Amino acid sequence: METKTQPETKEANPMKKQRMNGSEAVIQSLLHEGVDLIFGYPGGAIMPVYDALYHYQEKLRHVLVRHEQGAVHAAQGFARVTGKVGVCVVTSGPGATNAVTGIADAMIDSTPMVVISGQVASPLLGTDAFQETDVVGITQPITKWNYQVKRAEEIPEAIAKAFYIARTGRPGPVVLDITKDAQFGMLDFEYNKQVKIRSYKPTFPIKKDSIAEAVRLINLSKKPLALVGQGVILGGAEDELKTFLEKTGIPAAWTLLGLSALPSDHPLNVGMLGMHGNYGPNVKTNESDLIIAIGMRFDDRVTGNVQKYATNAKVIHLEIDKAEINKIIYADVPVVGDVKQSLPMITEMVSETNHDEWVKEFRACDKIEDQKIITPELYPAKEGLTMGEVVRRVTEAYDNDAIMVTDVGQQQMIASRYFKFKNTRSVVTSGGLGTMGFGLPAALGAQLGMPERPVCLFVGDGGIQMTIQELGTIYQTKAPVKIILLNNNYLGMVRQWQELFFDRRYASTLLENPDFQTICKGYYVESSIVHKREELDDAVKKMVEHDGPYLLEVRVEKEGNVFPMVPTGASVSEIRLE
Amino acid sequence: MKQEFTLSIYSENHVGLLNQITTIFTRRHINIESLTTSESAIPGVHKFTIVVFTSRDQINKLLGQIERRIDVLKAFVFTAEEVIHQEIALYKVKTEALLNSNEIEKLVRQYGARILEVTSEYTVIEKTGHKDETQELFDKLNRFGVSQFVRSGRIAVTKLNQELLSNYLVKLENDLSILD
Repeated sequence: METKTQPETKEANPMKKQRMNGSEAVIQSLLHEGVDLIFGYPGGAIMPVYDALYHYQEKLRHVLVRHEQGAVHAAQGFARVTGKVGVCVVTSGPGATNAVTGIADAMIDSTPMVVISGQVASPLLGTDAFQETDVVGITQPITKWNYQVKRAEEIPEAIAKAFYIARTGRPGPVVLDITKDAQFGMLDFEYNKQVKIRSYKPTFPIKKDSIAEAVRLINLSKKPLALVGQGVILGGAEDELKTFLEKTGIPAAWTLLGLSALPSDHPLNVGMLGMHGNYGPNVKTNESDLIIAIGMRFDDRVTGNVQKYATNAKVIHLEIDKAEINKIIYADVPVVGDVKQSLPMITEMVSETNHDEWVKEFRACDKIEDQKIITPELYPAKEGLTMGEVVRRVTEAYDNDAIMVTDVGQQQMIASRYFKFKNTRSVVTSGGLGTMGFGLPAALGAQLGMPERPVCLFVGDGGIQMTIQELGTIYQTKAPVKIILLNNNYLGMVRQWQELFFDRRYASTLLENPDFQTICKGYYVESSIVHKREELDDAVKKMVEHDGPYLLEVRVEKEGNVFPMVPTGASVSEIRLE
Repeated sequence: MKQEFTLSIYSENHVGLLNQITTIFTRRHINIESLTTSESAIPGVHKFTIVVFTSRDQINKLLGQIERRIDVLKAFVFTAEEVIHQEIALYKVKTEALLNSNEIEKLVRQYGARILEVTSEYTVIEKTGHKDETQELFDKLNRFGVSQFVRSGRIAVTKLNQELLSNYLVKLENDLSILD
């Protein structure tokens, strides 16, 4: 970091400079950022930091995972439920490359995270030294910012900058690659929180004329539809959203990551958008005359075929990341900035009204979906257990107020459709990257971030085996995560696509699974298994009442499908109910 | 419709910036026609001049992605008409060919080129201009045999009276939450 050449201003800090080595400076810097929990895995090039950590065990808890991917996903889970920056520490080479999947996941899902990787000593850089990889080069496209620290004196400023970048604007992951000699080197430690970077504008003042134009369109609109994304949660604008919706009476649909920004039972909540979302918000997107996109990015899983998307609507796009404006869907009125600021400005000026007739149209769609899909899924008449009825029982057992963590695949979509929420920041799922194996470590991180709230993980028999070793971390931390393993002996989502689009050629989707009950026994994690519907209620009750981690395995219908579904390339209005 | 654009990108002078910027192009399969990079008039600020053929829509998206990088200060996009631009080309020919007739000398005069160095073996000719001009000279000189030919990337200044970036930096200093 060219510390001397950059005119970056800092908050004054009267603290006296303290002589220490780079590793202690790493720990001290983390403490100055308010960090009290980190996830990681030691190794050669990061050992000095672990040595320093040894002296700070009281103040800074380190959770030893079983694989670096687990550390990153756990930090993501922690960040998503707390709103704080997730922190993980890994060693050089394989330690860092194992973290790559989680970093990419955090990047695409805008999760604030700081990953500290050890690196070989600076004289060895570029020599193919033991456990050397070009971590900065590898992580460059999947980080919001990354930087290699080669001198101990750079550490406090690099960490201050990392946290500032990770949490401000549109959040994202930052990687700091710290060479071993920088960890050993001595410095006069002084910590100043970063408050400005010349080349980085986290947010923008809201343009008054765009607000006025947005208000004009909203007042004119007969069929407005609000699309709620994670930006609302990241901006802490849940109340502002609610006030806006309630004043205007505009129905609101949510993206996968916008889930829980608005309580499930709010009268204006019309359900989930996208490929496996609800019928109403998908078909009504193309009937709406005004789309108000709030902190979302028109992911292709939301839009379906963009040429046939929102064909009758003007678009107002409220978004903090300027690069998202017009990226996928043209915005007639872009409102660049933090939705926590822009939403109240709109609410203040907009006419008080309601759209009861329009909302009723959504409810009519709900009736169709209820009859064709929801009721058969939640109250099946057939013998086999459905994923939906399991999700329903679990959410009800927690009075619809638990944190839901999912892996990726059918259970993710079913859980997102049927789990219910009362409070924000109650969802942890891998949206943009769709990372199988995300769930188990993310649930651990979420539980450690929110020890007072119940955390339920829905995971499939495929996904759990990608990071199953983290049962060891769960056992060691005693984090009381409730794991609901929906076992259909298939890679279910891929099998569903094979059934629908590849003439039932089930290539490599059938799994010959281990006995998960025995595995749990090996990890000292309490567990039980359910084969029949009549066993389910008692099993869920037992899980909820258990004080500690618990795995409930449910043998669900082998060839269950997730519907509705917008097939790839189709318009959202061509959503299939069967 | 595809057309030629010249991008002026200003960044902090950090290691790895070139890679950060070029991956934004390669990820979208946009070929960089030319690229030059050097320190700008403002100390500590680096300038990249990049020429690409693409659509207006695509270039606006690229601009957003480039400016999104933390260490990039500002990026501007110009059409060919909005900038004065220049490239430099060097041609190496046999001195014997120069002496055999006055054709090469004529070309040098006609194209406003100049002779940089003459040795008993070879002669180096330099021409600045647009790509079509330096290419035309190459085609004509090559009849006499050009043993080496090299052309630089484009450099460009805007036709505006004011320096966009200096204004921007002044605004940055005065306002913490600057708008574009």
